[in-house]
Amino acid sequence: MTPPNASITVTVNGEPRALDAGITVGALLQSLDLAGKRLAVERNGEIVPRATHPHAVLVEGDRIEIVVAVGGG
Amino acid sequence: MSNDILKIGAREFSSRLLVGTGKYRDFDETREAVDASGAEIITVAIRRTNIGQEPGQPSLLDVLPPDRYTLLPNTAGCYTADDAVRTLRLARELLDGHNLVKLEVLGDADTLFPDMTQTLAAAETLVRDGFDVMVYCSDDPIMAKRLEEVGCVAVMPLASLIGSGMGILNPWNLRLIIDNAKVPVIVDAGVGTASDAAIAMELGCDGVLMNTAIAKAQNPVLMASAMKKGVEAGREAFLAGRMPRKLYSGAPSSPTTGLITG
Repeated sequence: MTPPNASITVTVNGEPRALDAGITVGALLQSLDLAGKRLAVERNGEIVPRATHPHAVLVEGDRIEIVVAVGGG
Repeated sequence: MSNDILKIGAREFSSRLLVGTGKYRDFDETREAVDASGAEIITVAIRRTNIGQEPGQPSLLDVLPPDRYTLLPNTAGCYTADDAVRTLRLARELLDGHNLVKLEVLGDADTLFPDMTQTLAAAETLVRDGFDVMVYCSDDPIMAKRLEEVGCVAVMPLASLIGSGMGILNPWNLRLIIDNAKVPVIVDAGVGTASDAAIAMELGCDGVLMNTAIAKAQNPVLMASAMKKGVEAGREAFLAGRMPRKLYSGAPSSPTTGLITG
Protein backbone atom coordinates (compact mmCIF):
# COMPACT_ATOMS: atom_id res chain seq x y z
CA MET A 1 0.00 0.00 0.00
CA THR A 2 1.44 3.36 -1.06
CA PRO A 3 0.21 6.22 1.06
CA PRO A 4 -1.68 8.88 -0.91
CA ASN A 5 0.52 11.77 -1.97
CA ALA A 6 0.42 14.69 0.39
CA SER A 7 -0.79 17.83 -1.35
CA ILE A 8 0.43 21.41 -1.18
CA THR A 9 -1.25 24.59 -2.37
CA VAL A 10 0.81 26.81 -4.63
CA THR A 11 -0.33 30.00 -6.39
CA VAL A 12 0.52 29.85 -10.10
CA ASN A 13 -0.01 33.09 -12.05
CA GLY A 14 -2.46 34.26 -9.42
CA GLU A 15 -4.53 31.04 -9.25
CA PRO A 16 -4.24 28.60 -6.34
CA ARG A 17 -3.44 25.03 -7.40
CA ALA A 18 -3.24 21.79 -5.42
CA LEU A 19 0.01 20.03 -6.33
CA ASP A 20 1.78 16.91 -5.14
CA ALA A 21 4.21 17.58 -2.34
CA GLY A 22 7.78 17.42 -3.58
CA ILE A 23 6.93 18.61 -7.11
CA THR A 24 9.70 20.58 -8.82
CA VAL A 25 9.37 23.64 -11.03
CA GLY A 26 10.35 21.45 -13.99
CA ALA A 27 7.61 18.93 -13.21
CA LEU A 28 5.07 21.74 -12.78
CA LEU A 29 5.94 23.14 -16.21
CA GLN A 30 5.61 19.65 -17.68
CA SER A 31 2.18 19.18 -16.10
CA LEU A 32 1.07 22.51 -17.61
CA ASP A 33 2.30 21.54 -21.11
CA LEU A 34 4.89 24.30 -20.88
CA ALA A 35 8.08 22.23 -20.87
CA GLY A 36 10.57 23.43 -23.47
CA LYS A 37 8.73 26.71 -24.06
CA ARG A 38 10.57 30.02 -23.97
CA LEU A 39 9.44 31.32 -20.61
CA ALA A 40 10.75 32.55 -17.28
CA VAL A 41 9.77 31.55 -13.77
CA GLU A 42 9.73 33.57 -10.58
CA ARG A 43 9.10 32.16 -7.11
CA ASN A 44 8.11 34.52 -4.30
CA GLY A 45 9.62 37.43 -6.19
CA GLU A 46 12.92 35.71 -7.01
CA ILE A 47 13.97 34.36 -10.41
CA VAL A 48 14.22 30.58 -10.66
CA PRO A 49 17.01 30.14 -13.24
CA ARG A 50 16.18 27.71 -16.04
CA ALA A 51 19.07 25.41 -15.17
CA THR A 52 17.64 24.87 -11.68
CA HIS A 53 14.07 24.02 -12.75
CA PRO A 54 14.63 20.23 -12.43
CA HIS A 55 15.80 20.60 -8.81
CA ALA A 56 13.72 23.49 -7.46
CA VAL A 57 11.17 21.84 -5.15
CA LEU A 58 7.98 23.80 -4.49
CA VAL A 59 6.68 24.21 -0.95
CA GLU A 60 3.33 25.11 0.54
CA GLY A 61 2.35 28.72 -0.10
CA ASP A 62 4.83 29.39 -2.90
CA ARG A 63 3.78 32.10 -5.32
CA ILE A 64 4.88 31.18 -8.83
CA GLU A 65 4.84 33.45 -11.86
CA ILE A 66 5.38 31.99 -15.32
CA VAL A 67 5.85 34.65 -18.00
CA VAL A 68 6.40 34.84 -21.75
CA ALA A 69 7.09 37.59 -24.28
CA VAL A 70 4.02 39.08 -25.96
CA GLY A 71 3.43 41.95 -28.36
CA GLY A 72 3.88 45.34 -26.77
CA GLY A 73 5.30 48.82 -27.21
CA MET B 1 24.54 56.94 -45.03
CA SER B 2 25.75 53.39 -44.41
CA ASN B 3 28.34 54.66 -41.92
CA ASP B 4 25.79 56.56 -39.81
CA ILE B 5 25.70 54.25 -36.82
CA LEU B 6 23.42 54.52 -33.81
CA LYS B 7 25.42 53.45 -30.77
CA ILE B 8 23.50 52.42 -27.67
CA GLY B 9 25.86 51.34 -24.91
CA ALA B 10 28.23 48.94 -26.67
CA ARG B 11 25.67 47.95 -29.33
CA GLU B 12 25.58 49.41 -32.82
CA PHE B 13 22.61 49.77 -35.15
CA SER B 14 22.07 51.15 -38.63
CA SER B 15 18.30 51.69 -38.30
CA ARG B 16 17.12 54.60 -36.18
CA LEU B 17 13.52 53.46 -36.11
CA LEU B 18 12.55 51.28 -33.16
CA VAL B 19 9.15 49.65 -33.24
CA GLY B 20 6.75 48.01 -30.85
CA THR B 21 4.91 44.75 -31.50
CA GLY B 22 1.58 45.45 -29.81
CA LYS B 23 -1.92 46.15 -31.18
CA TYR B 24 -1.48 44.27 -34.48
CA ARG B 25 -4.25 42.12 -35.94
CA ASP B 26 -2.14 38.97 -35.84
CA PHE B 27 1.44 37.74 -35.89
CA ASP B 28 1.60 37.83 -39.69
CA GLU B 29 0.78 41.52 -39.73
CA THR B 30 3.26 42.13 -36.91
CA ARG B 31 6.06 40.46 -38.82
CA GLU B 32 5.27 42.18 -42.12
CA ALA B 33 5.12 45.61 -40.47
CA VAL B 34 8.36 45.05 -38.56
CA ASP B 35 10.08 43.96 -41.78
CA ALA B 36 8.76 46.97 -43.70
CA SER B 37 9.96 49.31 -40.95
CA GLY B 38 13.52 48.04 -41.24
CA ALA B 39 13.75 48.24 -37.45
CA GLU B 40 16.49 46.27 -35.75
CA ILE B 41 15.29 46.95 -32.21
CA ILE B 42 11.78 45.77 -31.38
CA THR B 43 10.01 46.05 -28.08
CA VAL B 44 8.11 43.21 -26.44
CA ALA B 45 6.03 43.04 -23.28
CA ILE B 46 6.35 40.43 -20.53
CA ARG B 47 3.11 38.82 -19.37
CA ARG B 48 1.83 35.79 -17.49
CA THR B 49 1.55 32.82 -19.80
CA ASN B 50 -1.96 31.76 -20.60
CA ILE B 51 -2.07 28.39 -18.84
CA GLY B 52 -4.09 25.83 -20.75
CA GLN B 53 -3.78 27.50 -24.14
CA GLU B 54 -3.22 25.17 -27.09
CA PRO B 55 0.35 23.95 -26.74
CA GLY B 56 0.98 24.12 -30.51
CA GLN B 57 0.13 27.84 -30.78
CA PRO B 58 3.00 29.96 -32.11
CA SER B 59 4.52 32.50 -29.77
CA LEU B 60 5.73 36.01 -30.59
CA LEU B 61 9.35 34.90 -30.38
CA ASP B 62 8.73 32.20 -33.01
CA VAL B 63 7.61 34.97 -35.35
CA LEU B 64 10.31 37.47 -34.35
CA PRO B 65 13.28 35.37 -33.33
CA PRO B 66 15.80 36.94 -30.92
CA ASP B 67 18.72 35.94 -33.16
CA ARG B 68 17.35 38.18 -35.92
CA TYR B 69 16.26 41.24 -33.94
CA THR B 70 17.47 43.00 -30.85
CA LEU B 71 14.56 42.51 -28.50
CA LEU B 72 13.79 45.30 -26.10
CA PRO B 73 11.61 43.95 -23.30
CA ASN B 74 9.55 46.69 -21.70
CA THR B 75 7.81 47.29 -18.41
CA ALA B 76 4.58 48.57 -19.90
CA GLY B 77 1.77 48.45 -17.37
CA CYS B 78 4.07 48.78 -14.34
CA TYR B 79 3.18 51.52 -11.86
CA THR B 80 5.93 50.96 -9.29
CA ALA B 81 9.71 50.70 -9.47
CA ASP B 82 9.54 47.27 -7.79
CA ASP B 83 7.19 45.83 -10.42
CA ALA B 84 9.32 47.23 -13.22
CA VAL B 85 12.51 45.74 -11.78
CA ARG B 86 10.85 42.33 -11.24
CA THR B 87 9.50 42.38 -14.80
CA LEU B 88 12.89 43.09 -16.33
CA ARG B 89 14.64 40.46 -14.22
CA LEU B 90 12.11 37.98 -15.61
CA ALA B 91 12.79 39.30 -19.10
CA ARG B 92 16.53 38.80 -18.69
CA GLU B 93 15.92 35.21 -17.58
CA LEU B 94 13.49 34.69 -20.47
CA LEU B 95 16.00 36.01 -23.03
CA ASP B 96 19.01 34.09 -21.71
CA GLY B 97 20.78 36.99 -20.04
CA HIS B 98 19.99 39.69 -22.63
CA ASN B 99 20.33 42.91 -20.66
CA LEU B 100 19.13 45.71 -22.98
CA VAL B 101 15.73 46.83 -21.70
CA LYS B 102 13.14 49.58 -21.93
CA LEU B 103 12.12 50.94 -18.57
CA GLU B 104 8.81 52.72 -18.22
CA VAL B 105 6.92 53.30 -15.01
CA LEU B 106 3.52 54.83 -15.49
CA GLY B 107 1.84 57.23 -13.13
CA ASP B 108 -1.67 57.46 -14.48
CA ALA B 109 -3.88 54.95 -16.27
CA ASP B 110 -5.71 57.51 -18.41
CA THR B 111 -2.84 59.57 -19.78
CA LEU B 112 -0.13 56.88 -19.36
CA PHE B 113 2.11 59.73 -18.24
CA PRO B 114 5.31 58.38 -16.66
CA ASP B 115 5.94 58.54 -12.91
CA MET B 116 9.42 59.99 -12.94
CA THR B 117 10.16 59.41 -9.24
CA GLN B 118 9.52 55.69 -9.58
CA THR B 119 11.28 55.64 -12.96
CA LEU B 120 14.45 57.14 -11.51
CA ALA B 121 14.42 54.70 -8.57
CA ALA B 122 13.97 51.72 -10.90
CA ALA B 123 16.69 52.97 -13.24
CA GLU B 124 19.20 53.15 -10.37
CA THR B 125 18.40 49.60 -9.26
CA LEU B 126 18.54 48.19 -12.79
CA VAL B 127 21.84 49.87 -13.68
CA ARG B 128 23.36 48.51 -10.44
CA ASP B 129 22.04 45.09 -11.43
CA GLY B 130 23.87 45.18 -14.77
CA PHE B 131 21.08 46.18 -17.12
CA ASP B 132 21.53 48.50 -20.10
CA VAL B 133 18.54 50.74 -19.50
CA MET B 134 16.75 52.71 -22.20
CA VAL B 135 14.31 54.83 -20.28
CA TYR B 136 10.94 56.28 -21.25
CA CYS B 137 10.55 59.66 -19.62
CA SER B 138 8.75 62.96 -19.61
CA ASP B 139 10.30 65.71 -21.75
CA ASP B 140 11.81 67.36 -18.68
CA PRO B 141 15.46 68.20 -19.45
CA ILE B 142 16.50 67.99 -15.79
CA MET B 143 14.96 64.56 -15.33
CA ALA B 144 16.52 63.33 -18.58
CA LYS B 145 19.91 64.46 -17.29
CA ARG B 146 19.39 62.69 -13.95
CA LEU B 147 18.54 59.47 -15.79
CA GLU B 148 21.70 59.79 -17.85
CA GLU B 149 23.71 60.46 -14.69
CA VAL B 150 22.51 57.30 -12.99
CA GLY B 151 23.76 55.32 -15.98
CA CYS B 152 20.92 54.88 -18.48
CA VAL B 153 22.25 54.10 -21.98
CA ALA B 154 19.52 56.09 -23.75
CA VAL B 155 16.85 58.57 -22.68
CA MET B 156 13.51 58.32 -24.43
CA PRO B 157 11.32 61.39 -23.84
CA LEU B 158 7.74 61.40 -25.01
CA ALA B 159 6.80 63.61 -27.96
CA SER B 160 3.20 63.47 -26.74
CA LEU B 161 1.23 60.91 -24.78
CA ILE B 162 1.44 57.16 -25.48
CA GLY B 163 -0.96 56.13 -28.21
CA SER B 164 -2.15 59.70 -28.80
CA GLY B 165 -0.62 60.29 -32.24
CA MET B 166 -0.47 63.98 -31.38
CA GLY B 167 3.05 64.43 -32.73
CA ILE B 168 5.88 66.61 -31.37
CA LEU B 169 4.20 68.97 -28.91
CA ASN B 170 7.25 70.54 -27.34
CA PRO B 171 10.17 70.59 -29.78
CA TRP B 172 12.01 73.12 -27.61
CA ASN B 173 12.14 70.80 -24.61
CA LEU B 174 13.36 68.02 -26.87
CA ARG B 175 16.08 70.35 -28.15
CA LEU B 176 17.17 71.11 -24.59
CA ILE B 177 17.34 67.39 -23.82
CA ILE B 178 19.29 66.68 -27.02
CA ASP B 179 21.72 69.55 -26.45
CA ASN B 180 22.47 68.36 -22.91
CA ALA B 181 22.64 64.62 -23.50
CA LYS B 182 25.75 62.50 -23.96
CA VAL B 183 23.66 59.36 -24.53
CA PRO B 184 21.27 58.80 -27.44
CA VAL B 185 17.94 60.62 -27.22
CA ILE B 186 15.11 58.61 -28.74
CA VAL B 187 11.62 60.03 -29.01
CA ASP B 188 9.29 57.43 -27.58
CA ALA B 189 5.52 57.88 -27.83
CA GLY B 190 3.24 60.35 -29.54
CA VAL B 191 4.39 60.10 -33.15
CA GLY B 192 1.33 59.90 -35.40
CA THR B 193 2.61 59.94 -38.95
CA ALA B 194 5.79 60.04 -41.01
CA SER B 195 6.25 63.82 -40.85
CA ASP B 196 6.25 63.62 -37.04
CA ALA B 197 9.08 61.10 -37.20
CA ALA B 198 10.96 63.32 -39.64
CA ILE B 199 10.52 66.37 -37.38
CA ALA B 200 11.89 64.42 -34.40
CA MET B 201 14.95 63.44 -36.40
CA GLU B 202 15.43 66.94 -37.81
CA LEU B 203 15.52 68.23 -34.24
CA GLY B 204 18.54 66.00 -33.72
CA CYS B 205 17.01 63.01 -32.00
CA ASP B 206 19.07 59.88 -32.42
CA GLY B 207 16.06 57.69 -33.10
CA VAL B 208 12.31 57.28 -32.82
CA LEU B 209 10.38 54.51 -31.10
CA MET B 210 6.76 53.94 -32.05
CA ASN B 211 4.04 51.31 -31.96
CA THR B 212 0.50 52.64 -32.33
CA ALA B 213 1.25 54.96 -35.27
CA ILE B 214 2.11 51.90 -37.34
CA ALA B 215 -0.18 49.27 -35.83
CA LYS B 216 -3.28 51.45 -35.90
CA ALA B 217 -2.76 52.95 -39.37
CA GLN B 218 -5.33 51.85 -41.93
CA ASN B 219 -2.51 50.00 -43.67
CA PRO B 220 0.12 49.19 -41.03
CA VAL B 221 2.67 47.68 -43.42
CA LEU B 222 2.59 50.71 -45.71
CA MET B 223 2.83 53.06 -42.72
CA ALA B 224 5.83 51.09 -41.44
CA SER B 225 7.53 51.75 -44.77
CA ALA B 226 6.56 55.44 -44.57
CA MET B 227 8.01 55.71 -41.06
CA LYS B 228 11.27 54.16 -42.20
CA LYS B 229 11.55 56.84 -44.88
CA GLY B 230 10.42 59.61 -42.53
CA VAL B 231 13.14 58.71 -40.03
CA GLU B 232 15.77 58.43 -42.74
CA ALA B 233 14.72 61.70 -44.38
CA GLY B 234 14.72 63.54 -41.05
CA ARG B 235 18.12 62.14 -40.16
CA GLU B 236 19.66 63.15 -43.48
CA ALA B 237 18.13 66.61 -43.22
CA PHE B 238 19.58 66.99 -39.72
CA LEU B 239 23.03 65.94 -40.89
CA ALA B 240 22.77 68.12 -43.99
CA GLY B 241 21.92 71.18 -41.88
CA ARG B 242 18.90 73.12 -42.96
CA MET B 243 19.01 76.61 -44.45
CA PRO B 244 18.24 79.43 -42.05
CA ARG B 245 14.64 80.58 -41.83
CA LYS B 246 13.91 84.03 -43.27
CA LEU B 247 10.55 85.71 -43.60
CA TYR B 248 11.61 86.73 -47.15
CA SER B 249 14.93 86.73 -48.95
CA GLY B 250 14.74 88.84 -52.09
CA ALA B 251 17.05 86.24 -53.63
CA PRO B 252 15.30 84.14 -56.26
CA SER B 253 16.79 80.78 -57.24
CA SER B 254 17.00 81.67 -60.93
CA PRO B 255 19.51 84.15 -62.39
CA THR B 256 18.45 87.78 -62.17
CA THR B 257 20.37 88.69 -65.35
CA GLY B 258 19.75 87.71 -68.98
CA LEU B 259 16.04 88.17 -68.78
CA ILE B 260 14.44 88.69 -72.22
CA THR B 261 12.37 91.49 -70.82
CA GLY B 262 15.50 93.42 -69.81
